[in-house]
Amino acid sequence: MEEAKTLKLLHDMMRVRRMEELCAELYTQEKIRGFLHLYIGEEAVVTGVMSLLQPQDNIMATYREHGHALLKGIPAKSIMAEMFGKIDGCSKGRGGSMHLISAPHRFFGGNAIVAAGIPQAVGLALASKKLKEDRQTVCFFGEGAVAEGVFHEALNMAELWKIPVLFCCENNYYAMGTALARSQAQLNLPKKAEAHNVTAQSVDGMNVFEVIEKTRAALDFITREGRPYFLEFRTYRFRPHSMFDPELYRSKDEVLKWKEKDPINFLIEHMKKNDLLPPEKLDALEKKIEAEMQEAIRFAEMSELEPLEDLGKYLYENDL
Amino acid sequence: MKMTYREALREGLKNALEKDSRIFLMGEDIGAYGGTYAVTKDFLKLYGSERIFDAPLSENGFTGIGIGAALGGLRPVVEVMTVNFAFLALDQIVNSAAVYRHMSGGQVSVPLVIRTTTGGGRQVAAQHSNSFEGWLTHIPGIKILAPATVEDARSFLHFALEDNDPVMIFEHALLLNRSEEVSEKPAMISPYKALVRKSGDKLTLITYGGMLQRCLEATEASSDVEVIDLRSLRPLDTETIFSSVRKTHRVLIVDEGWKSGSLSAEISARIMESCFYDLDAPVQRLCRREVPIPYARHLELAAIPQTSEISAKIKEMLS
Ligand SMILES: Cc1ncc(C[n+]2csc(CCOP(=O)(O)OP(=O)(O)O)c2C)c(N)n1
Repeated sequence: MEEAKTLKLLHDMMRVRRMEELCAELYTQEKIRGFLHLYIGEEAVVTGVMSLLQPQDNIMATYREHGHALLKGIPAKSIMAEMFGKIDGCSKGRGGSMHLISAPHRFFGGNAIVAAGIPQAVGLALASKKLKEDRQTVCFFGEGAVAEGVFHEALNMAELWKIPVLFCCENNYYAMGTALARSQAQLNLPKKAEAHNVTAQSVDGMNVFEVIEKTRAALDFITREGRPYFLEFRTYRFRPHSMFDPELYRSKDEVLKWKEKDPINFLIEHMKKNDLLPPEKLDALEKKIEAEMQEAIRFAEMSELEPLEDLGKYLYENDL
Repeated sequence: MKMTYREALREGLKNALEKDSRIFLMGEDIGAYGGTYAVTKDFLKLYGSERIFDAPLSENGFTGIGIGAALGGLRPVVEVMTVNFAFLALDQIVNSAAVYRHMSGGQVSVPLVIRTTTGGGRQVAAQHSNSFEGWLTHIPGIKILAPATVEDARSFLHFALEDNDPVMIFEHALLLNRSEEVSEKPAMISPYKALVRKSGDKLTLITYGGMLQRCLEATEASSDVEVIDLRSLRPLDTETIFSSVRKTHRVLIVDEGWKSGSLSAEISARIMESCFYDLDAPVQRLCRREVPIPYARHLELAAIPQTSEISAKIKEMLS
């Protein structure tokens, strides 16, 4: 049982990583265009959090959300078709990399305005509470978002009105090229949440087991108390902010240091040490993932473009 | 029976709250204070804090909560105290509420109603006298309503709440105490139809909101002028506009907003595009002067179109 669970975590983390690596390649081939923000290095966070969620739970995420979408259950092929701007994409090719949306998966995006999803997640959680639905609401955002006024507005109201929502701050230490320490006077992020009376905790975001343990405790608290909770996941993005970033703001050494904490390697080492990962299993996993992703790419290639005459469609329910 | 614009808004809100438990109100000072303009007086007592949320001064934040609640299946009515403060919520309105349906390929929608007070004329100076409804009409994905009569103030909320897309309602502060004769039962005329409030055959006067009464006063004695009340600013009922223009061949637009980059400019352009050869004279506009609205009474009066000015303009155009 333990082995199967851990293997599933590894599988998910590797799926997220492989999809991102392929996206980078497809970007250089100009199959994917626009902005592309990769999550490589941060996989333990989304994998750990999602492992505790159910299909009916609400997710609000940012433009760095490919992994979140995949692990919430949106098929790789509809994600890939979206990246290709095709009609079989989860948002019909209208959103692209930054706006993966899927109503059946309760995945509300994919919001590319920093911090804009935070009050919306509070609203989603308020709706579930009022409608007495059995769903958790989880909101992901980067540490850059804590500088926005709306972050503070939303946390205050969530606590004030006892709205059960989990705030997941993925602190990768840089907002584009601005280091946290160069933009914030207060570097202790839980303190920012605590300023609004929101219970908060920091988590080693490179260790999937710690992510799971602390997220489980947070979700239990939310269910028990009917109040919000804030988790700061300390993590790192190994790749540039987007495909346009020459990374002038950090040293190669710093990146290498963090790569030593690679969350996938960490998990593999752990599994090996505990005899949970026979070598042939890892091989098989890689093959399975490659097949899934190649199939997704094939699907995206084959998918059609939305007909031009539909450009005005879906502006309003009853198109005016 | 007689009813004020304020009472009409109250009745609309009460009907909504009583009809559907998914509806709730959220805004600054709508509860304990009773509403900045006393529209929601006693609502906190009547409906409780589960339905009436006294929000902190966080316009962008609570508008975002409204969007999320709408995505999640509720029917929020968010009140932004006045349009002047709505700009703090503009990100949520423009970048989220207006785009979700289209950007998701029709999967999700934001059935959110935002009510706000608009307009000048109360000597509250430059930061409290804006008429920004025209600006908001720039944005595809939202609908903009401006009730100019008591009847419309009573029924627009109902239509807005029936809608599965975001709707903003701009209520004019100067109309709140205005009393009009209305029928017992609301007439329920769709807001998306512009109404000819007064017919005439020599000039089409296009207006909405706070300017309607002034236009009606200015044209009381004349059968030459046809007065159109737009009611919905986005979408625009151009059919009603064009058919009037084709009859009268002359147009005056009276809009409390500024001229530059405006709704009046848009209407004028559409008339030019579709009715150019029907026009006997250039389209004319009367708008707010291109200055921030001053406090001093005489300056404010000079900055916002007044009845006498409208009369004079009509006279000039018809002579
Ligand atoms: C309101 C807003 N301001 C600026 C930007 C441009 N921008 C996009 S991503 C980003 C950095 C955000 O950093 P963070 O929140 O830490 O998330 P990360 O990209 O590290 O995941 C900025 C400034 C934006 N999208 N939205």
